[in-house]
Amino acid sequence: MSLDTQEFIALELLSTGDGALIEVEGPRATTSMHHRRAPLTSPDEQFLILNAATVRSGPTTSGIFDRDLEASGWPVLQPAGLDIFQINLGKLCNMTCRHCHVDSGPDRIDENMDLGTIEACLRAIDVSGAHTVDLTGGAPELNPHFEYLVDECVQRGKHVMDRCNLTILTTRRYQHLPQWFAERNVEVICSLPHYRKLGTDAQRGKGTYDKSLRALRLLNEAGYGQGDPTRPLTLVTNPVGAYLAGNQASLEAEWKEALAKNHDVYFDRLLALNNMPMSRYLEWLMEKGMVEEYLEKLVQAFNPGTIAGLMCRNTLSVSWDGYLYDCDFNQQLDMKMDLPGAARPRVQDFSLGIWQQHVIRTERHCYGCTAGAGSGCGGAIT
Amino acid sequence: METYYKPEHLPRFGEIAEGNKELADAFFAYYGKVFQDGALSEREKALIALAVAHTVQCPYCIDAYTSACLEKGSDLEQMTEAVHVATAIRGGASLVHGVQMLDQVKKLVM
Repeated sequence: MSLDTQEFIALELLSTGDGALIEVEGPRATTSMHHRRAPLTSPDEQFLILNAATVRSGPTTSGIFDRDLEASGWPVLQPAGLDIFQINLGKLCNMTCRHCHVDSGPDRIDENMDLGTIEACLRAIDVSGAHTVDLTGGAPELNPHFEYLVDECVQRGKHVMDRCNLTILTTRRYQHLPQWFAERNVEVICSLPHYRKLGTDAQRGKGTYDKSLRALRLLNEAGYGQGDPTRPLTLVTNPVGAYLAGNQASLEAEWKEALAKNHDVYFDRLLALNNMPMSRYLEWLMEKGMVEEYLEKLVQAFNPGTIAGLMCRNTLSVSWDGYLYDCDFNQQLDMKMDLPGAARPRVQDFSLGIWQQHVIRTERHCYGCTAGAGSGCGGAIT
Repeated sequence: METYYKPEHLPRFGEIAEGNKELADAFFAYYGKVFQDGALSEREKALIALAVAHTVQCPYCIDAYTSACLEKGSDLEQMTEAVHVATAIRGGASLVHGVQMLDQVKKLVM
């Protein structure tokens, strides 16, 4: 991977969508497909490529996810209970990582949740019974209403998670956030694909690793990662290539030791996620000619023991424009929630009763969540 | 092209049970246990396996443990160091015999 030959976006000033401009620097491993007007931005194009791959394994060897579920004793996939209300605040990000399933980047200035939709989310949170509000993006912190939303959720007694790219915390405008999070007991969930530099920078852009360590130190100084349950610091790792996530517990022990020994940096837990064969990661697989091989790897590792704990069964996902999805992956593939009785999948119309009765939508990318120990926004399942 | 080494043999490893299931079962059970987290982590064991794979020059093992090392959280720099450990021991094993040569030379020449 020759990072030097990549075309970097020189954007330093980002529009927040509210007419304001903010200065943000961030490492870039690539450019967004949206910026390049790549055909693969279309979900139909992604499904076409994924469905063209030959699948030889799995319980039915059909490569049809629903059939493999049925063969594993799950004729219909439906929700368990709603625990997590996940909001994707927008696609805007200071970084452009190679594997991003959201196709985020500094050019995604048009897709940012507005205040009206945030108020609708808060009303939905109130009736959802969810104990956790999970904020993601893009870089969710770049949404101008981010702090308002966090405060409102904290006041409602919700556990708030911020899915943070770390480097944003090293920019001038957002340096106050570690302390601000600590005062509100926000769980900070940080992306760091590897505890060493090589893989981290290859996936997330040159300079990411050093900035990430700086951000982790800021979080440590604010009381995060010291075993204090009110200030939990969680790291998220996903493979820097075409292989499955390793054993989460084993990796966590190694990471803790390595980060403490080499950098005097501490965290509380590690989540190991598989990469989903979609969006920019799919683009990378295509460049390598490895789409079929990777899909086969996922299907071969299909583990029925993960089905009960899939995140689509306890999480709902809201997009920046207020639509409801079964997960953030379905959201990026424009697979809106299929609600019974012609109910609109809009956060403004959210009803817990209707959500509980609906059937979860699946496609081939779902094999990413059932592979090996299972995967999702909460890490390994089994 | 006909070759002695065939990549498709690796996923078919289990078929070795055809001639003797009991021994194969015992071997694979043992093999699985060896690579579990213990006093050494799964990642460390995979690195050792990668180094040994290069020593025994087994292409199946090199493929398998390259993947395993990555999955278990090693990166290229760490894996390259492991291969150098194997290389150093191999080279050193030759070179240390040089002392035998040296003694022999001393015995034979004036």
